[in-house]
Amino acid sequence: MLKSKTFLKKTRAGGVMKIVREHYLRDDIGCGAPGCTACGRAHEEPALELQPQDLASSLCPQPHYLLPDTNVLLHQIVSAGRPGTWASVASSLRLPGSLETYIEQEQGENANDRNDRAIRVAAKWYNEHLKKMSADNQLQVIFITNDRKNKEKAVEEGIPAFTCEEYVKSLTANPELIDRLACLSEEGNEIESGKIIFSEHLPLSKLQQGIKSGTYLQGTFRASRENYLEATVWIHGDTEENKEILLQGLKHLNRAIHEDIVAVELLPKSQWVAPSSVVLQDEGQNEDDVEKEEERERLLKTTVSEKMLKPTGRVVGIIKRNWRPYCGMLSKSDIKESRRHLFTPADKRIPRIRIETRQASTLEGRRIIVAIDGWPRNSRYPNGHFVKNLGDVGEKETETEVLLLEHDVPHQPFSQAVLSFLPKMPWSITEKDMKNREDLRHLCVCSVDPPGCTDIDDALHCRELENGNLEVGVHIADVSHFIRPGNALDQESARRGTTVYLCEKRIDMVPDLLSSNLCSLRCDVDRLAFSCIWEMKHNAEILKTRFIKSIINSKASLTYAEAQMRIDSTTMNDDITTSLRALNKLAKILKKRRIEKGALTLSSPEVRFHMDSETHDPVDLQTKELRETNSMVEEFMLLANVSVAKKIYEEFSEHALLRKHPAPPPSNYEILVKAAKSKNLEIKTDTAKSLADSLDRAESSTFPYLNTLLRILATRCMMQAVYFCSGMDNDFHHYGLASPIYTHFTSPIRRYADIIVHRLLAVAIGADCTYPELTDKHKLADICKNLNFRHKMAQYAQRASVAFHTQLFFKSKGIVSEEAYILFVRKNAIVVLIPKYGLEGTVFFEEKDKPKPRLIYDDEIPSLKIEDTVFHVFDKVKVKIMLDSSNLQHQKIRMSLVEPQIPGISISNMDLNEPEKKKMKLEK
Amino acid sequence: MAGLELLSDQGYRVDGRRAGELRKIQARMGVFAQADGSAYIEQGNTKALAVVYGPHEIRGSRARALPDRALVNCQYSSATFSTGERKRRPHGDRKSCEMGLQLRQTFEAAILTQLHPRSQIDIYVQVLQADGGTYAACVNAATLAVLDAGIPMRDFVCACSAGFVDGTALADLSHVEEAAGGPQLALALLPASGQIALLEMDARLHEDHLEHVLEAAAQAAQGVHTLLDRVVRQHVREASILLGD
Repeated sequence: MLKSKTFLKKTRAGGVMKIVREHYLRDDIGCGAPGCTACGRAHEEPALELQPQDLASSLCPQPHYLLPDTNVLLHQIVSAGRPGTWASVASSLRLPGSLETYIEQEQGENANDRNDRAIRVAAKWYNEHLKKMSADNQLQVIFITNDRKNKEKAVEEGIPAFTCEEYVKSLTANPELIDRLACLSEEGNEIESGKIIFSEHLPLSKLQQGIKSGTYLQGTFRASRENYLEATVWIHGDTEENKEILLQGLKHLNRAIHEDIVAVELLPKSQWVAPSSVVLQDEGQNEDDVEKEEERERLLKTTVSEKMLKPTGRVVGIIKRNWRPYCGMLSKSDIKESRRHLFTPADKRIPRIRIETRQASTLEGRRIIVAIDGWPRNSRYPNGHFVKNLGDVGEKETETEVLLLEHDVPHQPFSQAVLSFLPKMPWSITEKDMKNREDLRHLCVCSVDPPGCTDIDDALHCRELENGNLEVGVHIADVSHFIRPGNALDQESARRGTTVYLCEKRIDMVPDLLSSNLCSLRCDVDRLAFSCIWEMKHNAEILKTRFIKSIINSKASLTYAEAQMRIDSTTMNDDITTSLRALNKLAKILKKRRIEKGALTLSSPEVRFHMDSETHDPVDLQTKELRETNSMVEEFMLLANVSVAKKIYEEFSEHALLRKHPAPPPSNYEILVKAAKSKNLEIKTDTAKSLADSLDRAESSTFPYLNTLLRILATRCMMQAVYFCSGMDNDFHHYGLASPIYTHFTSPIRRYADIIVHRLLAVAIGADCTYPELTDKHKLADICKNLNFRHKMAQYAQRASVAFHTQLFFKSKGIVSEEAYILFVRKNAIVVLIPKYGLEGTVFFEEKDKPKPRLIYDDEIPSLKIEDTVFHVFDKVKVKIMLDSSNLQHQKIRMSLVEPQIPGISISNMDLNEPEKKKMKLEK
Repeated sequence: MAGLELLSDQGYRVDGRRAGELRKIQARMGVFAQADGSAYIEQGNTKALAVVYGPHEIRGSRARALPDRALVNCQYSSATFSTGERKRRPHGDRKSCEMGLQLRQTFEAAILTQLHPRSQIDIYVQVLQADGGTYAACVNAATLAVLDAGIPMRDFVCACSAGFVDGTALADLSHVEEAAGGPQLALALLPASGQIALLEMDARLHEDHLEHVLEAAAQAAQGVHTLLDRVVRQHVREASILLGD
């Protein structure tokens, strides 16, 4: 049936336009119920279950389908997300198209009412339809709406209808489901104090007006990790000034939550403040703490020099919420029997959330997930509801799950659809695979990797040619041969973006069959590879570069230590060893040349755990060792990446995927320069070259570790390296590597960027065909954005995993005291680094119950004077390390000062030994 | 892209059609007695009228006459009331000229022009209501009119437009879908042989997708052929009844 509608519209120019649109009402939309014969052909894929799970609802005993209205579906989707619980009638959403259920807007009826009526008509139709299906059918469709009028009307029309709450309460089998309901009911708010804390958010239309006229600024809200009363807003757009706006105080933050897109208003200059360097945590339990908050806010506002002041503003409205379910723990209310509790998220940037639950006692001490529902003006905390219970705190699986969830790392097992694109086993190389490929199986290729590595994505070879030159080859696993563009496997890998390495676990980007078998360049098997082959002179001058798809057979997979041993050994002279030696020689030349160009050698303390093979608990902690062979492999990978980057940029100047590392702004170096100055060293930062040189010169005979410390500090000054599409940017420089162009080519098993680069290169050399998305720079830019995000998150997750394992380690180890160096000085704390463990921690000098010591902070040097002792950056101190379990949520490593001794602050060695003695006694 | 969702997750288009479905087509032949041939077609809300005169002697300058075949003269115009906003000039603008030229190319390929040397065939097409796919509607109307005039043709010429949205090819675009700005393609097909009389597209589209879009358009054009064929048979039947055979 054809319906036509006509309406008038005013055009932008002011004219009146008559618009005629037609609409086809379909008669082939099935009801979706399997076994329904009435709507024959429309059953390609039944949307509904045959017999809806019996949910034992006391309101409606017979089996039934649910038909939620739009609002219910929108707000309760989290609770609805449990399969089987809400077999919602999917096809109800395509109402407008169905012939039987189409209704026309009546005179005087607004669009909302029409939609409500449409849903009611659909529910009625369903009920009649299901009855037609078979006479003894007891199936029923139940209409769920939270709108009172709508429900009344439905009941009038003879449709069984309930509100969401009524229905969920009636579910006798699932009592815990009620906790998951988003609390939108008005009665929920009554108990809260009537006092209005926050000013109102302006409506979107006003915000847009304000943003257009420049009175408000739009930006992303970023809460501070260290101080819950402070936040910054990153202003969108290209304006150089006022890029970052500071917000201070609860009222100015005005209910914005981390990552929200907000509109801010700049305060007059007289009210500008400087970011405080105080570390503050929200610890209040009650709502009446508002006065106290104000007190605390005043604490932040210390007098500072004019130039420290930053543009300060306040949030006037929220443009887009970016809420997600948050992991955390329940802080049980002090009042017994209370159903309202505060939930403390693991992420310190998220405020605490008030939830209502009846199972507080079972949830105590567990990690749970909570979703935010809203934040009324009169409430100190946002309201939320319980979603999921993850498990006990401190359990390794729970904690791993939490850190994966918190860092948004996709870690579910691969779906069937994804796995279906894997090659069938047993897999062998066929004639078809050999097309456009060169057979390099005769070459003496070997791989060098860390011990225990199963995803080997690179291998090397080196041989002398007849003309006396050297041929060096880097062979990279040909993952793009297996992952074809556009299929589910490709999409999933693109979504994951990178493999995440946690201390005891690896979250793969591609399924195991590829990552540790078919793509992994293991020894003595034929593997497909993408090779980059150079002809070099003995002084590492490149004469020719060639890229080919190949097939290789690795002769040996070595660890760094084994390779090093071969190179150093005087007796071994086989093919592999000689080629390793030649590679090592070339690598040294390459490295020297790179450093001359101004590449930075930075340092960051990396730790490695020795795991107990049985319990997988860490038994020892050591910083990673670097061998010559590490740098050898790295050097050739860099060379391959640079060569490939040049090639793909040459071929695809608009859509090459490259990686850049922007030069940091000079202000980033301030802290490094100041710190070095305090040790009478000069660090030049005008170019990468001068930075590298001055770092090399910064040696102190009495303090050998100083150089490493400076390099660690320099690392902190750097910007993040990012992927980008060459057509969308014009600054390609890689600062850290001092290379004008760079990309990632060498690890396609664990990075998606490399897969794209492989595809580009394959097209460039004519070994593979192109596809539309590959040459779409906007799609490529989107991919880059996701990859950058995933990489950042993977890094954070890795760090969090290390931190958790460090905790486990010190838990078993008890209390130790170690030497440490000061990295940063803060207003009320110092940040120290313990070289032995590569561990960083903060020593606080203000404790809640103790009298405050006299602290004088000097920003210029920077130094902190406590009583009579002055702390500078790089000072050597001795700290006591122990596990602080007082806060279950954030078990953390706590450090306190042992040396130099300050009465009332540092702990004497006597105290230190005592607990250990006690422990020993207990053990006896 | 525009905020409008052209293809829903369930695979329905804005007006309820599926990706490959045509709009409702209704047509009549022989609407005017005055002309040699005429036809009226409705494709959804797009409505067009075609009138054919000829073959007749060359009008105007004799120099235009072709020694070996007939001259096909096409004129396109669009009624001032055909679009949402009233047009100022019904014909003679650049777009009309281009459309006329395209129609001429299409019908020079289909009409057996060599049968009528030194003569002229006039095809006048007027769009009464435009809702996307005007070229296709014009070609389809003109085909019926030429058939009505009894001018020998190689085959029907059936035209259809197709677009490309979210990786899916959509056949027979409506105005809303055209206005969204994606690539669109117009195809005139000789359905029996599958030969292409005219193919036109002026947006960027990756060549890998082209095949799919072309396939969708060709399929739709075949569908149009089935319908037009039915209209012609119906018309002939009615005419023969009137003649009293």
